[in-house]
Amino acid sequence: MILGFVALRDVSLDIRPGEIFALLGPNGAGKTTLISIVCGIVNPGGGRVTVNGHDIVADYRKARADIGLVPQELTTDAFETPWATVNFSRGLFGRPPDPAYVEKVLRDLSLWDKRASRIMTLSGGMKRRLLIAKALAHEPRVLFLDEPTAGVDVELRQDMWKLVRRLREGGVTIILTTHYIEEAEEMADRVGVINKGEIVLVEEKAELMRKLGRKQLTLHLHDPIDRVPDALADYRLEIAGGGTELVYTYDTRGERTGITALLADLGAAGIRFRDLQTEQSSLEDIFVSLVGRGQ
Amino acid sequence: MKFNHYAIIAIYKFEMARTWRTLAQSVISPVISTVLYFVVFGAAIGGRITDIHGVSYGAFIVPGLVMLSLLTQSIANASFGIYFPRFTGTIYEVLSAPVSFVEIVIAYVGAAATKSLALGLIILATATLFVPLSVAHPIWMLGFLVLTSVTFSLFGFIIGIWADGFEKLQLVPLLIVTALAFPGGSLYSIDMLPPLWRTVTLFNPVVYLISGFRWAFFGQAEVAVGISLAMTLGFLALCLGVVAWIFRTGWRLRA
Repeated sequence: MILGFVALRDVSLDIRPGEIFALLGPNGAGKTTLISIVCGIVNPGGGRVTVNGHDIVADYRKARADIGLVPQELTTDAFETPWATVNFSRGLFGRPPDPAYVEKVLRDLSLWDKRASRIMTLSGGMKRRLLIAKALAHEPRVLFLDEPTAGVDVELRQDMWKLVRRLREGGVTIILTTHYIEEAEEMADRVGVINKGEIVLVEEKAELMRKLGRKQLTLHLHDPIDRVPDALADYRLEIAGGGTELVYTYDTRGERTGITALLADLGAAGIRFRDLQTEQSSLEDIFVSLVGRGQ
Repeated sequence: MKFNHYAIIAIYKFEMARTWRTLAQSVISPVISTVLYFVVFGAAIGGRITDIHGVSYGAFIVPGLVMLSLLTQSIANASFGIYFPRFTGTIYEVLSAPVSFVEIVIAYVGAAATKSLALGLIILATATLFVPLSVAHPIWMLGFLVLTSVTFSLFGFIIGIWADGFEKLQLVPLLIVTALAFPGGSLYSIDMLPPLWRTVTLFNPVVYLISGFRWAFFGQAEVAVGISLAMTLGFLALCLGVVAWIFRTGWRLRA
């Protein structure tokens, strides 16, 4: 019998070594709970997790030594210095002191100049980078980034994306949760969508966008119209741009898009167009559609 | 990695660094409090009390006052040491590290015990400025100091995990420890009590700590030193058992 709130249900997930995996889900979907179980912060009600072949319970030392965690909250020791706290993290994870490596991490994250400042004097963005530095202090093979760019400005976000790519090039497996769909779209090799504690979908990002992506064809009309002719009703066209545009939505998964027939029927109806463009739906649209389906 | 000694060193150094940052609260305040005790009880009141078991009152209260500080400081240091990362959320790092509960306890409790042990020795040194003091069994004296520091740091560690607010963190040291330490014979001999109250007092574990510690100084005690030692070790074992249970279940630590 399980008492209390069930945060995750029958989650089965396999992360490939060296990939960037983005876990998407609305607030309360179970993203942080899932990460917390893998990292040993939350006790699971059941099931088994292995990290690089090491069971997180039976072989927790080896499993955890491989993991770096950047938490969602900006939790730092306000009175410590970046230098002290990153060295602390390295020791905590069982690594011998290595001042040169710690210096490299702090330089990579543009924190070297602030190494002797009290953490409480750092900006929010610096604290976020410091959490990443702490997570990297013991040279982990797997890095969890729990909404790493929440509240971070655009420039810093792009710097972090560069850093994540560099880490991946170094062989680090990266699992990130994010609210920024563009982050997953920009970074991830694969995308998992979690909703109400269940993994709704795991897919290669490109494949996901190809399979689930909807496209829109926009026709810029020569002469404005005020209603769609009855002969074109089957296409479910929408009038936009004050009557100067016709929008046709089609599914790339269909065997036929219907574009050829549409263009022929438009000509037959006497509607001429001077330009056209197509637009693919973003990952965000896909995500909203998936999560919306689960409501 | 069979034993994560780097983690122990990291946590220990982190905790000791906090002592240096808060030197006034950690060391100076308890020393001043103890000096005031000496002035009030040793000089003002002590002048009107005859010797107790052949020991001048000023010297008699020294072990009790050292124990009083040792108990409160051990609990305060250890409870704050583990409560603060829980409060700020930085505990996530310790919980996700490849570190066993034994290593966590050694580091946190070791640091808290080191601080209170150093404080006890400083207070003892301060006491020698007020009263002539000789220690009959210095090794035992040091042994009781270490044992009490470790035991009550463990107790403080448990309180730091149990507490879900700063009020609770203060509650136990204020209400329980002070209430046990004062009637526990820190400033008087329990032999001075009427027989009924003396019997009641024997249910107070602090009596055995102070009695054993006093024996190490003067070679005499209200309670046999073997019983004092056994009671202290018993409390240590109880605290260890509770801490082991906490880490096995993740109570108040892991969701």
